[in-house]
Amino acid sequence: MINAPDFPILSFITFFPLVGILVICFLKDDHHDLIRWVAFLTAVISFIFSVPLYFRFDPNTWNMQFVEYIPWVREFGISYHLGIDGISLFLVLLTTFLSALAILSTWTAVTKQVKGYMISLLFLEVGMLGVFCALDFFLFYVFWEVMLIPMYFIIGIWGGARRIYAAVKFFIYTMSGSVLMLIAILFLYFMHYRETGEYTFNILTYQTLQLPVNVQFWLFLAFFLAFAIKVPMFPFHTWLPDAHVEAPTAGSVILAGVLLKMGTYGFLRFSLPIFPQATISFVPLILALSVIGIVYGALVSIAQDDIKKLVAYSSVSHLGYCMLGMFALNIEGLKGSIIQMINHGLSTGALFLIVGMLYERRHTRLISEYGGIMKVMPVFATIFLLVAFSSMGVPGLNGFIGELLILIGAFKANVWFAAVATLGLVFGAVYLLWMYKRVMYGEITKTENKFLKDMTRRELAYTLPIILFIFWIGFYPKPFLDKLDTSVKHLLERVCDQKAVSTEGQKIAALNPNYTLQNRALSGRE
Amino acid sequence: MPTINLSAVYPEIVIALFALIVLLVQAFAGTRAKNYFGYISLIGVVTAIFIVVRSAPFDFKSVEYSFNGLWVVDNYCRFFKLIFLLGTGLTILISIKYVENEGVQHGEYFALILFATLGMMVMASGTELMTLFMGLELMSISLYALAGYTRVRMVSNESALKYFLLGSFATGFLLYGMALLYGATGTTNLHGISEFLAKTHMRNPMLIFGMALLVIGFGFKIAAVPFHMWAPDVYQGAPSPITAFMSAGPKAAAFAAFVRVFVDALPSLQSEWVALIWIMAVLTMTVGNVIALVQDNIKRMLAYSSIAHAGYILVAFLSAGELGISSILYYMLAYTFMNIGAFAVITVLGGKGEEKVNISDYNGLGYRHPVAAIAMSLFLFSLAGIPPTAGFMGKFYIFSAAIKEGYLGLAIIGVINSVVSVYYYLRVTVAMYMKEPSTIGESPSLVFSPACIIAILISACGVLRMGIFPSEYIAIAKQSFLALQ
Repeated sequence: MINAPDFPILSFITFFPLVGILVICFLKDDHHDLIRWVAFLTAVISFIFSVPLYFRFDPNTWNMQFVEYIPWVREFGISYHLGIDGISLFLVLLTTFLSALAILSTWTAVTKQVKGYMISLLFLEVGMLGVFCALDFFLFYVFWEVMLIPMYFIIGIWGGARRIYAAVKFFIYTMSGSVLMLIAILFLYFMHYRETGEYTFNILTYQTLQLPVNVQFWLFLAFFLAFAIKVPMFPFHTWLPDAHVEAPTAGSVILAGVLLKMGTYGFLRFSLPIFPQATISFVPLILALSVIGIVYGALVSIAQDDIKKLVAYSSVSHLGYCMLGMFALNIEGLKGSIIQMINHGLSTGALFLIVGMLYERRHTRLISEYGGIMKVMPVFATIFLLVAFSSMGVPGLNGFIGELLILIGAFKANVWFAAVATLGLVFGAVYLLWMYKRVMYGEITKTENKFLKDMTRRELAYTLPIILFIFWIGFYPKPFLDKLDTSVKHLLERVCDQKAVSTEGQKIAALNPNYTLQNRALSGRE
Repeated sequence: MPTINLSAVYPEIVIALFALIVLLVQAFAGTRAKNYFGYISLIGVVTAIFIVVRSAPFDFKSVEYSFNGLWVVDNYCRFFKLIFLLGTGLTILISIKYVENEGVQHGEYFALILFATLGMMVMASGTELMTLFMGLELMSISLYALAGYTRVRMVSNESALKYFLLGSFATGFLLYGMALLYGATGTTNLHGISEFLAKTHMRNPMLIFGMALLVIGFGFKIAAVPFHMWAPDVYQGAPSPITAFMSAGPKAAAFAAFVRVFVDALPSLQSEWVALIWIMAVLTMTVGNVIALVQDNIKRMLAYSSIAHAGYILVAFLSAGELGISSILYYMLAYTFMNIGAFAVITVLGGKGEEKVNISDYNGLGYRHPVAAIAMSLFLFSLAGIPPTAGFMGKFYIFSAAIKEGYLGLAIIGVINSVVSVYYYLRVTVAMYMKEPSTIGESPSLVFSPACIIAILISACGVLRMGIFPSEYIAIAKQSFLALQ
């Protein structure tokens, strides 16, 4: 049934968690295990149904696939329009994958208000999937905002000591970015109307608009603010450590694994193709901010004494790589950036899960409280090490592929920025290994640590699938990279075509021959 | 021979009739009937809604003048009348239990609500300055009395007195403005004024001054900054259901008249009033939102929020094209649902004597009364403009109108303001879900009367429906705009 061509599979995946919510609503508050199982199974079913997307996805076209289109608010030209391409395919899969694992990880971590927690997590999944599938600006914006509510509650109700501060900060920060995006969307909407006489919020038609350069500049800026806060790029990152540290484990996993990707996805889906000329003129600024983020995030991570904070700041650094690769504006950089999004979702998600395991055992996240854990938790130690390696980009694991591609791209675009970014790799190894050393090696100094239990079967159940992908992408990334190819090339063509038109682009092209080379290579292939 | 077309005023007749019936029942049956006043009024409201809806289909432009052109029935006024009647109906549903708790189960309470509604309906239909003024006075005087209805509470008295004094002052301004307008143009008929101005291109000080006084008068009624001083005290002191009532219906009525006078009669003066309203809109949004941030009393907080919402509507008013005007209609309807819904919860939670109206009284509500807390969160998220609610759709509508008409700066100020507002709406959800109850053990069980539950349900459905399937409401709102053309 689900393979039938007219089956609305994206809607099904996106809204299936609502079914779970409905069921949970009718369960008694104190049937905690039942509620957990329903939530988990819902997420698993969502994931299972999203797997065929991968196999049925046709990598030979950049057109949107699995498209659904229903007019929604005719008066405004708003429609219910879903579809995915190579860029969003993996983000959808990552979302369903991590959501299921995140729910499994909360079995013993959350014991109060389980019902509300599971409802929030499932609701969050709906919002996230909607963001990645939406092809209508209005719909996109609705999902983008809706998702704030469950996350706000997850941080605020089930979070740590400063949870209220963190939750409100998260909400207001994100919203202040996105309202300006709304203005920009509306502005585009009326521009489009004036040019074509048609009211529509269809993202794909905007991607073919030829906007004046100065208009592009301002609109790019408005979108930039929304996405840069979400990514988060330096200097808009200050909400992230608070939100990450205070959120419960599952919240952090989703936040790092998926929510941050909405920012980078936003750049790929909107900023680059709709404002190509502005994109090119913003390249130096964004490259600079990304590199600052990479180095700054890594340095701050080194200084942390709280493991979770360390992982949180490492996200700033990793997302800096994603942005660096993306704004290198060449095929390696872009593909690396997308793969790195997935990698970051997997490895940082896993790191948060690992921190959660430690926290559940000892109820502290201070590095100084641990030491010598390897002796009592050998299995845990192995997995922790693998994940840390993956996060720092050790060859053979997924992180390497992403960072390598990004750095190749970056070197092609600008040697200096790339050189500085490489420093981030070194620092990355420093903070992760040093933390690992202090937590796992040495003698057991605290008596409480002497009798810690090793990983339970449930804990293995939600870490091993991640480890599997960490190896898979590391050893054989082809199945992942192949699906990206056409969509990424199409995106680049859109940006680079504009480059030839714009004088701004010519300037850059004159400074940097790689751009024109790239351009020629692409047109040659056509 | 004046044309008297009674069918044009059937809804008004019904409302007046039921107000009188309530009074008569009170006079003859006395306290024996005290439980039924609310329901009797409700029947009147529902009948009136039925008549308004059924009098003509909404999907074509019908404009019917009667009573020598001082009364009009068009889609614009019908839409507004539906908003008023809806607000009234919801208010009555909330009030039934409230008046019983407070021991003020008198027929006058409901009769006054109905008379106020009648006043609003006259304001929406009037095409004559005098008709508008009569409607306004009928509405205002009923409200003055209602604000002080729980007379054993000091704050209620204070509220009524303040409202009365400041309100009559503002009415004076309004009336003076109308007089000057009449003096300048020689007519009180809105069309007459607009024709006269179009013909003569008059720009004399008397006319401009009259227009400015009208802005002040209406500005007071919609609680726009700097004429908002009364609102927080009045809203805080008035009985909660009446606060709910005041923030929805009368505000909508004032906007209905404001728009009709300025768009119908004074379009030729647009260049004069645009700058004025622009400043007023910015001030109203900003001052309302910023002061609301520091309020601890939830009624007072919502009073400031209501000021801010008037500011958003002023943005729409400025962008008075098809989108602008229809967005006012849409927004007022959405606002009626969400604000009255929020006040319904506040009324129930306030308890006897309205003692629990501080935000800290909401601590832990999410665990004591999960359903009430969910409903309250929904209304607050809607007020904050988070999708998929009516409040989001309304703001979207208003800001798209503003951008279309080129008020980009205003739209940006508006959305930034709505971010500011998120903070204080979130404070309530923080209290409900993220804080422990302040007084443990002493959590009086709330009594949700069936009527109140129905009111909350209707509001919640309205908020969600207008947010998720806004199409038909937008279509009707757009049709209603055509009536003004």
